[in-house]
Amino acid sequence: MASAPTTARSRPSTYPVWFFLPAAIIYSALFLAPTFASLYFSLTRWTLFNSVFIGFENFAQFFREPFLIQGLMNTVMYAVVTSSLKVVLGMGLALLLTSNIIARGYLRSVVFFPVLVSTVGVGITFTVLMHPTQGMINQGLALIGIKGPGWLTDPRLALYSVALVDVWKGVGLATVIYIAGLVAIPRDYYEAARIDGATAWQNFWHVTLPLSRPATATVITLSFIGGLRTFDLIWAMTKGGPGFASDTVASVIYKQYQAGFYGLSTAGNVVLFVLIGIIVVPLTMFLNRKQGHE
Amino acid sequence: MKRRASIIGGVAAIAGSFVVFVIPFIFIILMAFKDKPQSALRDFSWPQGFHLWDNLVQVVTTRNWMMITAFINSALITVISVTLLVVLAAMVGFVLARRKTRMNGLIEFLILAGLMIPPAVVPTIWLMQGLKLFGTLHGMILIEVAYNLPFSIILYRAFVATIPRDLDEAAIIDGARPLDVFFRIILPMLWPVTVTNIVVQSVGIFNDFTNPLYYLPGNQNATVQLTLYNFQSQYNTSYNLLFTNILLITVPPLIVFLFFNRQIVAGMTAGAVKG
Repeated sequence: MASAPTTARSRPSTYPVWFFLPAAIIYSALFLAPTFASLYFSLTRWTLFNSVFIGFENFAQFFREPFLIQGLMNTVMYAVVTSSLKVVLGMGLALLLTSNIIARGYLRSVVFFPVLVSTVGVGITFTVLMHPTQGMINQGLALIGIKGPGWLTDPRLALYSVALVDVWKGVGLATVIYIAGLVAIPRDYYEAARIDGATAWQNFWHVTLPLSRPATATVITLSFIGGLRTFDLIWAMTKGGPGFASDTVASVIYKQYQAGFYGLSTAGNVVLFVLIGIIVVPLTMFLNRKQGHE
Repeated sequence: MKRRASIIGGVAAIAGSFVVFVIPFIFIILMAFKDKPQSALRDFSWPQGFHLWDNLVQVVTTRNWMMITAFINSALITVISVTLLVVLAAMVGFVLARRKTRMNGLIEFLILAGLMIPPAVVPTIWLMQGLKLFGTLHGMILIEVAYNLPFSIILYRAFVATIPRDLDEAAIIDGARPLDVFFRIILPMLWPVTVTNIVVQSVGIFNDFTNPLYYLPGNQNATVQLTLYNFQSQYNTSYNLLFTNILLITVPPLIVFLFFNRQIVAGMTAGAVKG
């Protein structure tokens, strides 16, 4: 449907450029400007009233202090664990929920609803459920003779317990994204595979998985960015503890801000920004390029 | 045979999903019905007597009716910022989809940047202080608009692209003034995606905890998510009140879910299946 160009210089345009303006002003003033300012202030010792330029000292500190390095590692681990679990479980649930299983509507609603619930509310609820002796999870495990671990009190486990709750809350979103991807696959492919005598496994591996690649790309990108930036769930459940065992960059940023180390906190922001840049940009490019070859 | 297998599978799925996804919510409800000594046990048990009303009254009246203030604040922030988001994002999405200029590349880059880059917290506070926006409701509203614009613009741009350009031209030929094309013809046609925008963004902004924590300090400014956080320490021994609070702030998303389930899913899966 090619249409004639509608430029008319003498009268006001139907597509005025000033339509960008209100959005651009708000976005630039409250998002872009602080982002650029952070590049400078991360190089300073800063009290909000005056700043002293100290070069890369804040960043050096980030890679020197053991608890800050741990925060960095935790952030990456958290993002990897949550996004891979969301891919696997989301795909599994979507396959289940697009098959002709009974009570599909109920199952979809139940899996999806946690996505809409307050993260802090979920965090507090699971903190109670995960209590080592009085929590329902360990009491339930005791019933079948398993001694449950100290989910949030064991330093080796705390981060992964929070990650599990993140998956509990977020897998519904991954599932609906996969469902949208699965129902868009043309039936003909399965028909052709059936005529060729493909097994269920071959069906999944050679038809479903490659053709739901856009959905996989979306789920991975969304949950990876979300995982790297995660703050509210960690803060509601462990506040980075025990010790610094479940600290992430985002919780370090908040702690340094509270302690009044504004320069260091801002350096944390820049570190997170760079981290997202060097992981997510190549990841997205990889996922989208592969898709072109299929 | 196949039919029976699918029924067995279905029953297993229902049982599994019930344990994993439903029981935590039943736990919240049960806790909200209990009195203080029983809730302190934090076990999965039937409430002895129904104390929900007492708990509700106590949660709402604590700290000078802070809960009411918080609900008003959250409602104001959500309604005003979502309204702004809808109008501003629709304007950008419309021109972005219709006009091919060299600026488009830059704008698309900025949209992606907005989706990925975590906001620089302290510089934002510093700037907001300079603009006298820090710790004010209107400042918080503008922050929510700035942070959520990229997602809304993407939704609108994709939808505008499906409306044929011929429509604009027909309107012009029929004598519509240039601005009428957007405000009287296109904007009403965007209604489905506007509904999606409204529900997805209002749930997100209502549930936002991190941004009010940073940019909206002070008790008179509390939002509902922060009441939960503030009461967490105060109610250290009163789990019944803490869970009544959780129940209370889960009701608005539940209502949205019951009425707009389809639009939410449509909005959140947008972009997942590009051809």
